[in-house]
Amino acid sequence: MPDSLRPDSLRAVLAEDQALLRVGLTRILEAGGIEVVEAVDNAPSLARALARDDIDIAVVDVRLPPTHTTEGLEAATAVREARPAFPVLVLSQWVEPLYARQLLAGGEGSIGYLLKDRVADVDAFLAAVRQVAEGGTVLDPEVVAALVTARSRPLDRLTEREREVLTLMAEGRSNAAIAARMVVTEKAVGKHTNNIFAKLDLPQASDDNRRVLAVLAWLDG
Amino acid sequence: MTDFTAMQILAPVRLGRPLDVTAGGLLDRLRLTLVSAGYAASFVPSLALAILSVLCVALGPALGLGVLLAQAVVPATAGLTALHRRVSGRLLDEEITPGYASPTQGLRWMRDPARWRNVGFLWFSASGGFAMSLLPVALLTLPLTWLILALTASGWIWLLLLVLSGPALVAWWFVTPPLVRARALTERAMLGDSRVARLEQRVERVEESRAETLDHNAAEVRRIERDLHDGAQARIASVGMNVGLAEKLVHTDPEAAAALLREARETTMDALDDLRSVVRGIHPPVLADKGLTGAVQALSLALPVPTSVAVEVPRLPAPVESAAYFAIAECLANTVKHAAATRAWVTGRYDGDRLRITVGDDGRGGADATGSGLTGVARRLDAFDGDVRVLSPAGGPTLVELEVPCRTA
Repeated sequence: MPDSLRPDSLRAVLAEDQALLRVGLTRILEAGGIEVVEAVDNAPSLARALARDDIDIAVVDVRLPPTHTTEGLEAATAVREARPAFPVLVLSQWVEPLYARQLLAGGEGSIGYLLKDRVADVDAFLAAVRQVAEGGTVLDPEVVAALVTARSRPLDRLTEREREVLTLMAEGRSNAAIAARMVVTEKAVGKHTNNIFAKLDLPQASDDNRRVLAVLAWLDG
Repeated sequence: MTDFTAMQILAPVRLGRPLDVTAGGLLDRLRLTLVSAGYAASFVPSLALAILSVLCVALGPALGLGVLLAQAVVPATAGLTALHRRVSGRLLDEEITPGYASPTQGLRWMRDPARWRNVGFLWFSASGGFAMSLLPVALLTLPLTWLILALTASGWIWLLLLVLSGPALVAWWFVTPPLVRARALTERAMLGDSRVARLEQRVERVEESRAETLDHNAAEVRRIERDLHDGAQARIASVGMNVGLAEKLVHTDPEAAAALLREARETTMDALDDLRSVVRGIHPPVLADKGLTGAVQALSLALPVPTSVAVEVPRLPAPVESAAYFAIAECLANTVKHAAATRAWVTGRYDGDRLRITVGDDGRGGADATGSGLTGVARRLDAFDGDVRVLSPAGGPTLVELEVPCRTA
């Protein structure tokens, strides 16, 4: 892996067709120590860039020229077929649970799907990029909210607190992150997650990413 | 064959081969002569109603008496012409529909060309029609009269007349079927739903649905304007103010400036949120990207009722996709709100010129097709000449069938 030589520096490909946003994203990524080796503005260039073997992650907009529909999404799916578990963070002006399902279908992790709005919270965005690069799954709260709302009836079994933990878990957060967010101890979060898994009859999983995928699969099912 | 039920008397007219002289041919001509006699007999009520119609028009404006008279004459004419439509329709083996503009409300019939054609028919039936229908009867009955007289009154003069009227019988044999058919065809032309009338009706419907569509669009545009004004626009304005203020404070009070900038950033998120919901209401992005098939799938994922989707349709013109999408969304929203269903389904197919969608659920049924939701669906589809059928017996299940004629994109 090229990045084993530079443990702190990630090398990224960026695909975004709107010049202002492309410049802004490049600026934010570089400020966070992520090198943007190539920034492209259309799908064919993205396909070429994704063939490079000196990159660690791709950050792509869903809607790209030529058709301005779901080129970014298709590129993400295609590159992960050619290079299993290649980290891709998909950005969009709006999120759609249907597309989340397509991205998560492989069950491999190393995937992110966020609203472009989230980039404004620079630190959280950079953390998400790193999390995806390290094999994690990051899902926009809005996708999770849509899934949780759709499954509201079976979720009646959960307490208010447990539902909150489930939502944060589905977004791809670790126990530590959830504890920090909810201002409780990590042990308390662990208790909640155990309850959730028991109540929803989900297989227990030790590593964070598997856990996220199990929760998402249940929500989506 | 000899069983003269009404059905057989009014069997379709066949011109056939007039040179074949058979018992069947004779019987057929005899029944047509009977029909012709019936047509001719209509002379009496036709003439009476024709004269009364003229009186109506003549008296109408002056005394108002004509208006009163019309209250009786117009329905009577409608009754008589309805009988003629049925008889002539049977003889031509097709249905003759009147094509009246609308039920007789007040004096609206005055403007209905179909009613005036009825009056024209009355005069025809009392004049030329009478003559043409009387002819077969006369051609047959004259020789018969001489025959009966020759047999009963025994005078050589009757025998001579009988021999001389031989050609009349021949003529009767040949002219009866074409004359009856000609009369039926003339009645169809005068009393039937004319092409012009049909087109006029259609134009009227198109005008109505266009007016409704325009109203609907104007209301939508106002709603979008209001949403943008109260939402994104206001928020972006406040971002501008906060950033401006932060710029001013950045040297004197950096902490306050940072707080303002943070607030501005959060407000841009809210503004984007607003814009997204406005866009979803206009044309959902997933519909633009994936067409009806993908969009309905996406829609089903967000529903609390498990919904199976089997929509296999190609890309259709964007306005049709949009109308169908919002119609389906409305139906599913009804299911979620009212049906208490445990499951719902959407099926859709396109056969080359019609899009057919069925939205169903296993809920309690009793959906009100005249409720605001379903009439909204009907109005959306009306603009495309589409149809909505609601089958929702109490106790369920509910089926809503949507149909839109269209070509592929």
